[in-house]
Amino acid sequence: MISGMRMRGLMRKEFLQIWRDPSSIAIAFVLPVLLLFIFGYGVSLDAKHVPIALVVEQQDAATASFTGAFRKLDYFAPLPFANMRDAEEAMREGEVEAILHLKSDFGRTIFQPGGAPAQLIVNGVNANTARLISGYATGVWATWLQQYAALNARSFNVPVMVQSRVWFNSELKSRNYLVPGLIAVIMTLIGALLTALVVSREWERGTMESLMATPVSMSEILLGKIIPYFLLGTGGMLLSVAMAVWLFGVPLHGSFFLLFGVASLFLLVALGMGLLISTVAKNQFVASQIALVVTFLPAFLLSGFIFEIASMPQVVQFITHIIPARYFVALLHTLFMAGNIWSVIVPNTLALAIMALFFMGLVWRISRKRLD
Amino acid sequence: MGSLRRILALMGKEFLALLKDNKGRFVLIGPPIIQLMVFGYAASFDLNHVPYAIYNEDGGAASRALVARFEGAPAFDVATILHHDSEIKSLIDDKQVLLVVHIGQQFSRDLALGQSAQLQLIVDGRNSNTALIILGYARSIVLGFNESQLLAAGATGLPVHIQTRAWFNPNLQSRWFLIPGIAGLITLVVTMMVISLSVAREREQGTFDQLMVTPLRPFEILLGKALPGFIIGGLEGTLVILVAVFWFEIPLLGSLVTLYTGLALFLLSAIGIGLMISSMAVTQQQGFLGAFLFIVPAILLSGFATPIENMPEVLQYITLVDPMRYLMVILRGVFLEGTSFTMLIPQFWPLAIIGVVTLSFAAWLFRHRMY
Repeated sequence: MISGMRMRGLMRKEFLQIWRDPSSIAIAFVLPVLLLFIFGYGVSLDAKHVPIALVVEQQDAATASFTGAFRKLDYFAPLPFANMRDAEEAMREGEVEAILHLKSDFGRTIFQPGGAPAQLIVNGVNANTARLISGYATGVWATWLQQYAALNARSFNVPVMVQSRVWFNSELKSRNYLVPGLIAVIMTLIGALLTALVVSREWERGTMESLMATPVSMSEILLGKIIPYFLLGTGGMLLSVAMAVWLFGVPLHGSFFLLFGVASLFLLVALGMGLLISTVAKNQFVASQIALVVTFLPAFLLSGFIFEIASMPQVVQFITHIIPARYFVALLHTLFMAGNIWSVIVPNTLALAIMALFFMGLVWRISRKRLD
Repeated sequence: MGSLRRILALMGKEFLALLKDNKGRFVLIGPPIIQLMVFGYAASFDLNHVPYAIYNEDGGAASRALVARFEGAPAFDVATILHHDSEIKSLIDDKQVLLVVHIGQQFSRDLALGQSAQLQLIVDGRNSNTALIILGYARSIVLGFNESQLLAAGATGLPVHIQTRAWFNPNLQSRWFLIPGIAGLITLVVTMMVISLSVAREREQGTFDQLMVTPLRPFEILLGKALPGFIIGGLEGTLVILVAVFWFEIPLLGSLVTLYTGLALFLLSAIGIGLMISSMAVTQQQGFLGAFLFIVPAILLSGFATPIENMPEVLQYITLVDPMRYLMVILRGVFLEGTSFTMLIPQFWPLAIIGVVTLSFAAWLFRHRMY
C-alpha cells in the first residue's frame, strides 16, 4: 500500500537533502550550465582560419593566382615564409598547422603535361584536424581549378563539377550536434551519477535500515527516491533544451512533446541504473567509481555524442547496444536536426522502454529481497 | 627523523584505507584498464566503411568508371544501388547511408561533348565532422577521376596537383592522437578520486580532528596524504602507458625521463587541486562531486578531443590554469613527435606553479576549515 502522507514525507526529506547539500545543487544545476556553455561556445571541431605557412620559391602570376585562392576563403590564415627551414621550424613549434610549398618551377610546369606540383605538409598529430585541413585544401584547389578553367577556356574544361548538398545541418556547425547530444550526458549525470551517490550514502550511514524500521514500504522508499530525482532531471532537461534553442540557436525541427516524452523515458532508465548501482555497491566510493565507468563515460564516449558509432570496431559497436545513451543520442540528433522521422523514433524509443522496464524491474526485485 | 616516521605511518594508514577491501582494490585496477581498452577502440574520428548509395541515372561508360572509383575507395562500404529519386530521402533519414552520389542523365553525354558534367553529392549533416570528412573523401575521388578523364582525352591534365604528406602520423590515425590523451585522462580521474576522498572521508567520520591533535604537523599531514596519491597515480600512469605502447602500438619516440618529468609535475598539480577540494568538503559525496566538477571541464578544455585553437579567446585563457592542457601537449609531444626536454619546459613550469600554489592552499585549509 502506498500512502500519500508517507510519500510526501519521504519526498520532502529528499528535496531538503538535495537543497541543503551544495554539492548536489552544483551537479544538478551548475555543471549542466557549465557544460552547455563549454559546448555551446567553446568546444568546436570545426577548424576556421587555420594558420598555414606559404613557401613560394619564385613569385609569379601563377603562384599569385593559386595562393590567392587560399587567402580568399576563411578556412585558412596564410603566413608567408621565406624558405622551408623556417616553415618547418614554425610547424614544430605549433605556430602553423600546415605548409603549402610551391617550388621554383611551379610557374613553368603549370602549362606542361602533368601540371605543377603543390606540396601540402600537414601536422598529423591531431589526425582529425589534419584530415579537415587537407579536405579544405582540396576544396580550395577545386574552386581554383574551376575559376582557372573559366579564365583559360582555351586549354581545358573541368570534366566533373561537384555540387554538394548537406542535409539537416547545411552550415555544418558542430555545435548543432554537440549541444543536443550533451542533453543525454547531462541527464545521465543527474539521473544515474547523483542518484547512485545519494542512495549509497543512505546504506553507508545506516539510515536506510532506520527507514526500513519505519512503517514505510520498500515501494514507497523507492518512489520517494525516484520522483524527486525524476523532477530534478526533468528540470535539467528543460533547462538544456531552452538553452540549446534560445541561446545557441540550435534548430528544433521535431516535436517538443515527443522530445519531452523520450527524455522522460531515458530519465527512467538512468534512474534505474543509478538505484541499481547504489543497491549493489552500498559504499559511496565504490558506487561513485561504478557510476562513472558504466554510466557517465559511456554516455560521453560510446553513445555517438562525439565519436561516430559506425566507425568503431565491431566488438565495440556491439557493446554500444547496451548503452542506453546511444538510443537517446540518436533520438536527440534526429529530433533536433531532422524532425519527426518515425523510422528512427520508433525503434530507439522501444529500446529505451525495454531498458527502463528492465532496470526498474531489477531494482524492485533486489530491493524487496533486502527486506526479509 | 621523527618527521619521516610520522609521515610513513600516515601513508601506511592511507594505503590501508584505500586497499583494505576487495571492491576498493578492484576499482583502482579494473575500471582504468577496461576504460583504456574500450575507449581506446571506440574513440576515433577516422571513418571507414562509410555506408553510401549510388543513384546512377546515366549508365554510360564514364559514369560506370566514376562509380568504380567510389567502389574501390577503402573508406566506403558496399554501395546501395538506387533506382528512383524517392529512395534517397528515406535512406538518409534512417541513417542507412551517410552519402548519396547522384549521377544525372546527361553525365556521359556532357563529358563526351567536352563540357563540364554535374555530379551531386547529398550528405547527412547530423554529425558535421563526419559530413566534412566524407565530402573531403568524395571530392578527392572526383579529382582523381577528372585527372584521368583529361589525360584520356589527350589534354594536359590538371594544371596543379596537391601532394599531401602528414608529419608525425603519416596514416592520419586519430587513435595515435587520442590514446595518449586517454592515458592522461585516466591518470587524472584515478588520482583525483583517491585524493579528493582522502581528507573528506576523515572529515565525514570525524577522525580528521583527531589527526590534527596528533604530533603531526600540517605539512606532514599534507605529505602523508599526497604521497599515496602520487604513488598510485604514478603506477596507474605507468600501467596505461604500457598498454598504450605494447597493446595499441603507439610509437613512443621521446625519452622516458621527459615523459616522467611531465607526469610527476602533472600529478603534483592534480594532487594539489584534489587536496584543496577534499579539504573544503565535509562529506565524501561533496569530495567526489567537487572532484567531478573539476574533472569534466578540465578534460573538455584540455584539447583532448577538440583543439584549443578552435575555442574562443576568453576560453583559451581559462585553459591556462588547466593542468590537463599541459599534460596533453607533453604526452603527444613525447609520444608522437619525440619532443625534447628543453622544448617542453614551457609546459613544465606552469604545472609546477599550479602544484605549489594549490598544495600550499590545501595545507592552509587543513588548519583553517574546521567543523
